Amino acid sequence: MNALPHILSLITFLPLLGALILLIFRASARGEDADIIDRNAPSVALATSLITFGLSIWALLDFDRANPGFQFVEKADWFGGMSYHLGVDGISLSLIILTTFLMPLCFIASWGVVKKRVTEYMVAFLILETLMIGVFSSLDIVLFYIFFEAGLIPMFLIIGVWGGVDRVYAAFKFFLYTLLGSVLMLVAVVAMILTAGTTDMVALLDFDFPVGMQTWLWLGFFASFAVKMPMWPVHTWLPDAHVQAPTAGSVILAGVLLKMGGYGFIRFSLPMFPDASQYFAPFVFTLSVIAIIYTSLVAFRQTDMKKLIAYSSVAHMGFVTIGIFSMNVIGVQGAMFQMISHGIVSGALFLVVGVIYDRMHTREIAAYGGLAQRMPVYATVFMLFTMANVGLPGTSGFIGEFLTMMGGYQVSTWIAFGAATGVILSAVYALTLYKRVIYGDITNPKLVDITDMVRREVITFSPLVLATIIFGIWPSLVTDLTGPAVEVLVEQITMAADQVESMK
Amino acid sequence: MYLLIVFGPLFGALIAGLFGRLIGDRLAQLVTTGFLILSAALSIFAFKLVAYDGHEQLIHVMNWFEVGDFQAAWALRIDTLTAVMLVVVTFVSSLVHVYSWGYMADDPHKARFFAYLSFFTFAMLMLVTANNFLQMFFGWEGVGLASYLLIGFWYKKPTANAAAIKAFVTNRVGDFGFALGILTVFAVFGALDFDTVFGAAHDKAELVIPFLWMKINAIELIAFLLFIGAMGKSAQFFLHVWLPDAMEGPTPVSALIHAATMVTAGVFLVARCAPLFDLAPHASLFVTVIGAMTAFFAATVGLVQNDIKRVIAYSTCSQLGYMFMAGGLGLYDAAMFHLFTHAFFKALLFLGAGSVIIGLHHEQDMRKMGGLAKKMPLTWVFMIIGTIALTGLGIPGTDIGFAGFFSKDAIIEGAWEAGTAGTAFGFEAFWVGIVAALMTSFYSWRVIFMTFHGTYRGDQHTFDHAHESPRSMLVPLALLSAGAIFAGVLFTGDFIGDKQGAFWRGSTVIEAEVLADVTSHEAPEHAAPIAHEEATAQEDHASGGHYVPTWVAWSPFVVTLIGFAIAWFMYITREGLGARMAAKSRFVHPFLYNKWYFDEIYDVLLVRGARKLGDLFWKGGDQRLIDGFGPDGFAATTLASAKRIAKLQTGYLYHYAFVMLLGLVGFVTWILVSGGAGGH
Repeated sequence: MNALPHILSLITFLPLLGALILLIFRASARGEDADIIDRNAPSVALATSLITFGLSIWALLDFDRANPGFQFVEKADWFGGMSYHLGVDGISLSLIILTTFLMPLCFIASWGVVKKRVTEYMVAFLILETLMIGVFSSLDIVLFYIFFEAGLIPMFLIIGVWGGVDRVYAAFKFFLYTLLGSVLMLVAVVAMILTAGTTDMVALLDFDFPVGMQTWLWLGFFASFAVKMPMWPVHTWLPDAHVQAPTAGSVILAGVLLKMGGYGFIRFSLPMFPDASQYFAPFVFTLSVIAIIYTSLVAFRQTDMKKLIAYSSVAHMGFVTIGIFSMNVIGVQGAMFQMISHGIVSGALFLVVGVIYDRMHTREIAAYGGLAQRMPVYATVFMLFTMANVGLPGTSGFIGEFLTMMGGYQVSTWIAFGAATGVILSAVYALTLYKRVIYGDITNPKLVDITDMVRREVITFSPLVLATIIFGIWPSLVTDLTGPAVEVLVEQITMAADQVESMK
Repeated sequence: MYLLIVFGPLFGALIAGLFGRLIGDRLAQLVTTGFLILSAALSIFAFKLVAYDGHEQLIHVMNWFEVGDFQAAWALRIDTLTAVMLVVVTFVSSLVHVYSWGYMADDPHKARFFAYLSFFTFAMLMLVTANNFLQMFFGWEGVGLASYLLIGFWYKKPTANAAAIKAFVTNRVGDFGFALGILTVFAVFGALDFDTVFGAAHDKAELVIPFLWMKINAIELIAFLLFIGAMGKSAQFFLHVWLPDAMEGPTPVSALIHAATMVTAGVFLVARCAPLFDLAPHASLFVTVIGAMTAFFAATVGLVQNDIKRVIAYSTCSQLGYMFMAGGLGLYDAAMFHLFTHAFFKALLFLGAGSVIIGLHHEQDMRKMGGLAKKMPLTWVFMIIGTIALTGLGIPGTDIGFAGFFSKDAIIEGAWEAGTAGTAFGFEAFWVGIVAALMTSFYSWRVIFMTFHGTYRGDQHTFDHAHESPRSMLVPLALLSAGAIFAGVLFTGDFIGDKQGAFWRGSTVIEAEVLADVTSHEAPEHAAPIAHEEATAQEDHASGGHYVPTWVAWSPFVVTLIGFAIAWFMYITREGLGARMAAKSRFVHPFLYNKWYFDEIYDVLLVRGARKLGDLFWKGGDQRLIDGFGPDGFAATTLASAKRIAKLQTGYLYHYAFVMLLGLVGFVTWILVSGGAGGH
């Protein structure tokens, strides 16, 4: 296939273009025209996101898997020594595809469900898509920072405008945590630029920061990424944000936004501050293992479905940080896979909750029970994702958990031991949730007439079901894509570590 | 052909599961059962090809993992050990499929049921054909899922749901060990496929690695961790609690999964990893001790249970204990042989019990049975055959006896031999075997007498409508009966007799190989004396006679008769004596009846502990500590001050917050650009 010029810019800004068109039309429309726009906005948004997805697949087909470096590079000088610099390697491309893959599903899932300010809703999501893709494709640190922070705005609005009852509290908490991280990261970014004299990430990747300075820079970035992941103990914004966000918002939050933290660790912390990463690795492992055990137990006690899944997300992100900071190929590959898989599975789980929330308007677990009798298709889909969530071999959930534990084991058996307890606990909370919602007899009279999934919902879930199973039995689809870049990365870190060794 | 054996049931499951409502129950049943019968026929053919003609095969299906140095493939490994399991699994499974036509005739969700059954069979076949630890783990967890789904098949029953979760979670505790075992295997060997690992095992025999706070022999550690997995799956002492509860599932499920196949996966694992266990005397001792404890414990509990399925469930538990006892003592061949024969008679007993249960319209309490022999003569005969096979009746020193006679006596005598040879816990295992055999005989005959003999104790209406089961249920019973009678005598020579070398072909470790190893390799020090003694025993084997005193050979026979006599006395001669004794007993009976109070202890320690801890972390940790000092504390402060400057408020906190963010970002940027603060 022929290379499309500026394909990355196209993928990145196409959703923004769609959003602008919608905005302009909506702003100029009055009365009945406005209704027409509102009615057609979902189609426009869906079409835009589908074309974006198609383009990203085109890029994937064009992508040279053997080449570990950045591809589709676009570079243009900007002001003040900064540049408009885009490019992807296997690591970022896989996350871009995850984003473009989830986005159309969000639009289908919101179809007819969102009734308030429809056009604005679509616009917010399209802008969010551009910003998320921008994070993964930027090769200029200022550009990255802009995308990274600006992504908060639409998410903020999505929770704040289309959220649940306590949306103000949730948005506030979300803001507060992120603010803390952002500021510290910004300081680190500026410090890096001043020291290295460039904003170019490729150059920064090759720059050797002094070991003493690395510690501070690492901490600055860590503050931001740890909140994004989120890692224990800065995770408490996540359950609230999820609970209040509309379904599609939760899907994007869990599916893509959380991955920015992991991506940041892999793109910045590990290669740019290898010595500090080595130094802080035990600290990260401790937090990760605590996260896995602690949040799994908390998840077990939740009465709100979305909160339960949110806490389980924190636990699963613990595996990601373990994998990343094991700093060996298997661990980092596992972390990448876990991020992709979690994006699919937890996204699907939030959609699963959305299906019955749309019908019953409650997320209380106790309000349900016995759905298997009325909703057999739904019960089957829910079962599959529950099993993927507990990491059953044959689903994508297993691959990431196992690889990250394998990576962790090579560092210390304690890590694998602690993480493996999560394997038991995840079964406890996930199966308990499933039992209380799906099994048993119908006790709530309102459930008697509940209907099974409609075609729109089946269409939403089908790609997710397929992806979960296919990646579970054929993980090479992902690992081959991310492999070369990860191998080079690990090689660099090891070399850096050896240098420090030899200097001592 | 092998692909068809393994993947046929998967296709059946998919068709019945996905299109069950489209094609109707009838067709779903036909498709699944058809694939299974085909699988079974091909498996028997495969068994001949592999075990007798020596055509082992390794079929590469596709790559699974290729990450860094780590590789694992989907592949089918067909050797004798696998072939034995193929026959057991597909044979019993196809009979259970057929049986379920009758048993589940009135169930509204037949397609789903058959889909689960076939899916289970597929997962089990993946487990036994695995060529690496990871695929085995796939099958291992797959059967766990199938078991979970089938135990909870009647999902409206809260007890069934609870039992299903209990089974899955308890198994996960075992899998926790299994997973760590696999990780350790990879750390030690750098690979997960069996040939590489077993081939290099001898070279790593002395390797010591750090694990948690300990320094441990690598092979011992691996064997120990893998066995934790086996304990979960095979319901061994401490992790046995899920098996009795699993009886909430439909009875065909109990026969297939919780008697004949899945629960024996642990034994299969030990036999498969025999090259590792053989180098791990301490882990093996642990296996023996746990096996013996289970054999004894489960038998004692089985003595007093009133639910017909629970008695058989504890009996299964106990028999699995025998198998592990054998495995721990290095008698992998005997363990596999007992697994093989046990599959027939235990499936027979369960399906027989199912026939009784259906005949009495889902009555399982034996206190409400009695005198059913007249109503269901065929079931009665089959159950008696199963019972005789289970108690292992046969005439020592001859080849006359039911299936259990050959395999169980091989374990008991083998334990004695191992004891004489100096293997730790050998004699103890022998005595446990004898005592458990006594109890086995008692509780098995107790079931027969309470169910089929004496006077009927339930309500008259049920008794009047009690009926013999349909043909679809009786035919499987008849076939299994044939197995329960002849499986022992026909295969004893191959599994544990003088033809075993040509039979197993190195697929598990047998004594003859240990002998060969001693001569070819330099054996590790600790193994040398044992191997030497075993060599002596081997010669005795070859010369035809067992190396045990006559009283040892006869004692299982004697205790079996004693057990029968006691049961006869308590439940026939003095009918009702058992119930009266139970009512009078104040300590022993309640203790046994409540299964040594394991469930209660676990409930207090684990279930409630987890709940309390979860609440503590949630309400104390997240809400009070983290949020309290973090965002909420901050919010309280800012809100208080914000009220004072109310004019600034736009009404929405998030607007306000957002302005703050922008302001801060602008502020910091300004400082930095103006060169005030930097990283210098």
